[in-house]
Amino acid sequence: MTALRPDLAIIARNVRAGSRILDVGCGDGQLMAALRDHKQVDARGLELDARDVATAVARGLSVAQGDADTDLADYLDNSFDYAILSQTLQTTKRPDLVLDHLLRIGREAFVSFPNFAQWRIRFAHVFGGRMPVTEQLPHRWYDTPNIHHVTVDDFRSFLKERAVVIEGQWFLSGGKPRKEGMANLLAEHAVFLLRR
Amino acid sequence: MAKQMQGDARFGLDRKIRLLGPVKLDSGAEFAPIDFAYETYGALNADKSNAILICHALTGDQYVASTHPVTGKEGWWTRMVGSDKPIDPARHCIISINVMGSCMGSSGPASIDPSTGSAYGMDFPVITIADMVRAQAILLDHLGVETLAAVVGGSMGGMQALSWAALYPDRVRSAVVIASTARHSAQNIAFHEVGRQAIMADPRWNNGAYYGREAPASGLAVARMAAHITYLSEAGLTEKFGRRLQNRDAKSFGFDADFQVESYLRYQGLSFVDRFDANSYLYITRAMDYFDLAEAHGGVLAKAFAETRARFCLISFDSDWLYPTSESRRIVHALNAAGAAASFVELSSPFGHDSFLLDAPEMNRIVDGFLKAGGT
Repeated sequence: MTALRPDLAIIARNVRAGSRILDVGCGDGQLMAALRDHKQVDARGLELDARDVATAVARGLSVAQGDADTDLADYLDNSFDYAILSQTLQTTKRPDLVLDHLLRIGREAFVSFPNFAQWRIRFAHVFGGRMPVTEQLPHRWYDTPNIHHVTVDDFRSFLKERAVVIEGQWFLSGGKPRKEGMANLLAEHAVFLLRR
Repeated sequence: MAKQMQGDARFGLDRKIRLLGPVKLDSGAEFAPIDFAYETYGALNADKSNAILICHALTGDQYVASTHPVTGKEGWWTRMVGSDKPIDPARHCIISINVMGSCMGSSGPASIDPSTGSAYGMDFPVITIADMVRAQAILLDHLGVETLAAVVGGSMGGMQALSWAALYPDRVRSAVVIASTARHSAQNIAFHEVGRQAIMADPRWNNGAYYGREAPASGLAVARMAAHITYLSEAGLTEKFGRRLQNRDAKSFGFDADFQVESYLRYQGLSFVDRFDANSYLYITRAMDYFDLAEAHGGVLAKAFAETRARFCLISFDSDWLYPTSESRRIVHALNAAGAAASFVELSSPFGHDSFLLDAPEMNRIVDGFLKAGGT
């Protein structure tokens, strides 16, 4: 599992072996394949991009083409041990509703996202006077899929308002784990494990 | 071919068998005896775990990957079935059966009713997709095939694959459903009705009693022309024909086939009547129109899949307006609600409903990966 994207590696390490997972925005199924091969996980995926779905299905994964904003309503309550949303929250039209669904469908939910309050982004914005284009957020304002930028502190207060329980949180800078302290300023990516 | 299959007359090309049945029909009637025309490619393995049933579409037949005896054309799905293809006789025991009601050797309206010695005609019972599947199950029993590694079909073949999973959950390990639907829509029924009326308006149809005489070829040709339009797409037709004229420089100001698209459709209609029976066309379109997998489950499609443990792979095409992507999505939603393992993707192709019969490398890649993930 060493080749996994760092936030996916964190999720993969913390998923119980033999569990049932739904990977929302699963891409070409990298995480699902790793979990299936190394942790005997029964994995299902949802992905918007047809090419990615084709690649995932050709890998033998159960992936349905669909949209997190509209298609999560079809899944039953508690039908998975984990619902996973990696690097997708910020691309949804209604992240709040998507998160509600995740916590309904999965007994627990992993959510990872790029932290928009990381200092490089703040610098680019405040001093550059432009929408930030960084290694972690390489898109320009007009072609970015990220339509709901969120920061670690935004997300925490959002969870608090909704009384969502944080069971675990991990932070990354430069692809490496970092401590929780000052995560809102220093972390490039955050991974949360949540439950209702 | 593996040793145990050699000399077993049940397996091979162009097989025919009459079985006692009976098939218990949705109409309440029973049908017996029942004739089957079918083909098999490849051999059953020792634990009989490699059987794949391929179900054909409305006007298809059992000649999936061998030469059609009437047209002399190669099998209709050699892009999917064959050596080094996703469905490969070197690995799979592939079975394809002419559906009940058709006219390529399985019992249908043109078959001889053994109780009268003449063709059934309109005395053939009205059948459903489920009836076709129940009949296939009788043949599989005869072949000693208890479970299917996969049931694979496009269009009406996909309806059969879905019905297989719903009717025989213990016999189906996976289903591949391409360019299909779980029910016929009002528009689907409407187009079929146009075709049926064209056949029945042909005086030679004679209430279905035309065997031994001239067949209602003009009616059947018109039915085929109307249906053929639904298998293509506007973009596909525009690309292929546009408004181009057929072998002439100017409009004729008459009703000849001025346009290439007219000439093409006329040819499609005329060549179809050589290989298909008009009454079969009535019976099979009726079966498709009656198809609504949720109907027997209080209208809740997910309940049709409550017992299944099969994996499903659904593929739709963006230019298919006969069975559009929304119908495949509806099936996927039901499968998700039933907790079944479902894969689904909409592929891009300009060729409309017929895309599944044409060159679609992405479709092959998906089916190949899906089948291999099931260990077949």
